[in-house]
Amino acid sequence: MVLPVAFFGLFFAWPVAAIVARGLKADGSWQFGRITDVLAQSDIRHVLWFTTWQALASTALTLAVALPGAYVFARYDFPGKQILRAVVTVPFVLPTVVVGTAFLALVGRGGLLDELWGVRLDTTVWAILLAHVFFNYAVVVRTVGGLWGQMDPRQEEAARMLGASSWRAWRKVTLPALAPAVAAAALMVFLFTFTSFGVVQILGGPTFSTLEVEIYRQTSEIFDLGTAAVLTLVQFVAVGAILAVHAWTVRRRESVLRLVAPETTARRPRGAGQWALLAGVLATIAVLLVLPLAVLVQRSLDAPDFGYYRALTSADGGVFLVPPIEAIGNSLEYAVAATAIAVLIGGLAAAALTRRDAGRFVRGFDALLMLPLGVSAVTVGFGFLIALDEPPLDLRASWILVPLAQALVGVPFVVRTMLPVLRAVDQRLREAAAVLGASPWRVWREVDLPLVRRALLIAAGFAFAVSLGEFGATVFIARPDNPTLPVAVARLLGRAGDLNYGQAMALSTILMVVCAVALLVLERLRTDRTGEF
Amino acid sequence: MLLALEDATVRFGGRAALDGVDLSVAEHEIVCVLGPSGSGKSTLLRVVAGLQHLDGGRVLLDGRDQAGVAAHKRGVGLMFQDHQLFPQRDVGGNVAFGLRMHGVSKGEQSERVGELLDLVGLPGAAGRAVAGLSGGEQQRVALARALAPRPRLLMLDEPLGQLDRSLRERLVVELRELFGRLGTTVLAVTHDQGEAFALADRVVVMRDGRIAQSGTPLEVWQRPADEFVARFLGFENVVEGTVAGEAADTPWGKVPVPEGASQGVRSLLVRPAGVRLVDAGLRCSVVARTFKGTHVAVRLRPEGDAPVLEAACALRAAPEVGDTVGVEFDAAEIVVLG
Repeated sequence: MVLPVAFFGLFFAWPVAAIVARGLKADGSWQFGRITDVLAQSDIRHVLWFTTWQALASTALTLAVALPGAYVFARYDFPGKQILRAVVTVPFVLPTVVVGTAFLALVGRGGLLDELWGVRLDTTVWAILLAHVFFNYAVVVRTVGGLWGQMDPRQEEAARMLGASSWRAWRKVTLPALAPAVAAAALMVFLFTFTSFGVVQILGGPTFSTLEVEIYRQTSEIFDLGTAAVLTLVQFVAVGAILAVHAWTVRRRESVLRLVAPETTARRPRGAGQWALLAGVLATIAVLLVLPLAVLVQRSLDAPDFGYYRALTSADGGVFLVPPIEAIGNSLEYAVAATAIAVLIGGLAAAALTRRDAGRFVRGFDALLMLPLGVSAVTVGFGFLIALDEPPLDLRASWILVPLAQALVGVPFVVRTMLPVLRAVDQRLREAAAVLGASPWRVWREVDLPLVRRALLIAAGFAFAVSLGEFGATVFIARPDNPTLPVAVARLLGRAGDLNYGQAMALSTILMVVCAVALLVLERLRTDRTGEF
Repeated sequence: MLLALEDATVRFGGRAALDGVDLSVAEHEIVCVLGPSGSGKSTLLRVVAGLQHLDGGRVLLDGRDQAGVAAHKRGVGLMFQDHQLFPQRDVGGNVAFGLRMHGVSKGEQSERVGELLDLVGLPGAAGRAVAGLSGGEQQRVALARALAPRPRLLMLDEPLGQLDRSLRERLVVELRELFGRLGTTVLAVTHDQGEAFALADRVVVMRDGRIAQSGTPLEVWQRPADEFVARFLGFENVVEGTVAGEAADTPWGKVPVPEGASQGVRSLLVRPAGVRLVDAGLRCSVVARTFKGTHVAVRLRPEGDAPVLEAACALRAAPEVGDTVGVEFDAAEIVVLG
């Protein structure tokens, strides 16, 4: 418990406090008037308005597109379903930068649609919305579809036997049970899109800017740290509110539902209507999820003899001091370090949270752990920049800064993955070990660890994927001669010229492949030998 | 005394799960705590094991106060109600667990595991997965696991609770024989009086976190301390009466009591065997008869508004439902309670 608290105090609370001080303190006194000053600016109000409505629109669009998908995955059985489920999840672990690049390749200047029909969406909000749907499709399918597949269809049948039509049975029996899951998924999507950075940064151009992008712009282009700090606070409050509502819906979702094994509820589609629905969902997945990635790969190969890939190995481009290919090594090193930190901190935190005698303080820490997830990577990066650059703790020159920031973003994933599994371990099993002479540490090693090993691996995988794709925080603190993959992609995209564009596509493809492989390994771990425990 | 509880108190919220309990267990003694669910008997074990914090009083092992001594350092064994075998380890891994925790060498471990598995009647089962064991086998493995580190005190929480009746009756005899042979000191809790009487040297009856009675099985059976204990042991013929000399005035009329019984208003227990069916005496109609194997239990409704009586009759002499019979009482089967 001490280590996670210290970690969060040092690398989250302190940087955030530093931001607050930087934004609201001038000449040693608090200037709360600055908040209203900043919020009164019309361009800032425009940013706030855009951030909110694009998040709402993205959420609505994602639900509209993904709910039929959730239904199909929950209730229909068809060949290739397992593979397709993994494919659908790939976008979620893809770095935002890759998503942005892929959509640029699809709907941007010189993109596929531009070539075919002369259509360009990268100057419209549609590119952002579509990318958000792409990114969050899996959130809805997994959260809602997961529960839907485990709901006993006999409940609906019971309602039918009592005289309800099939539509009424669905509306009165299934929908109410499903509603909290839909709400939770919607809130997650809203949160992710509200704090969207990489996608908007790449696809939004100068016209569209979310809070997150604006914070970055104020910091690194305008150097107005005061405004950036105030905006960070606004975002902090908004995210806190969303997380609170989310926690509330999750608690409500824990009402007692009769769950059954998902394999027993799925069956082959019957009749033209059901086949059409399945076809529609498959087509949506093909166009919305697969096509952008395919175009991305195709663009990266659009030079003779893997020209773009080979260009990555030379430093001649002048964008970096080193060949872009070195970013791969950097990224992997950082990700491994970040994963180790995240698993250590997250594992300790989860273990502390599982203790039955956990007091109010510890349970409060549970909610606190989720904050970095929502409080946006840019806040973390910005906070690191202004808090950890002077004695007593000057880590600016240290390579550990980047993994620390990435671990901060990864810890909530670790805790979320570990906690349900740890809570499922029977407390008396631990007591049995204690009575047989095992110290608390050995109890954890002998009882908890073997039972949660797989969850731990999955958590590590998530942390790894998150670190690998982390952009918002890293872009602040990565040093120019040690860029990570996403940072290198963004910087290449910022330059004109076909070669840079092609290299960005090539690097994105590499990043996508690494993340997809990590995910597929995780999927195998998840389904392998499930009967063991 | 190996184990002594002094004024042990545990409160959950406002309710006392243990309310000033004093209890001691001597070396090699088998003590069985008997009580209905919620009487605090499992809490008692958890307190001794160090899994439950005391709100008042002390736990002493070998005369040493255990306050601040963690569960894993107390050197006591606890067999859980539903066994709690480690699912990811095989039978041998489970039994060896405590030995490993105590730093016993590998060779010694496997030797002792084999020995214990022989002892509990599962020879050669070390390599089996625990998921594939039957309830009785799991129980034996749990016992072997608890015995392995040679705890100075072995505690059993409803040791046979989840097993079927015939297995239970066989195992309780085996356990008693085994503990006698090993000289193990045992503190067990159960809600089943048959189990307690068969297993224990001494029975402790608990009610609402307090000790209602303590004594040998025979003492408790023959002289229940109060109406609660009598009814918990399954006796139904408990009634209030005024004792004067060697007779008591009860709703069932004059009832003889043993010599030297305490005088005044008392609860009286009439054992079913003490209810004799005769031609004269208290007039009763037979409302039910239940075949019990060795005898027939007969429920009798006396004339007037006196409480229903239970009688035990020989198989051949049992009346039919609806018959009217007369009842006399046998002073030897009557106990004046508390």
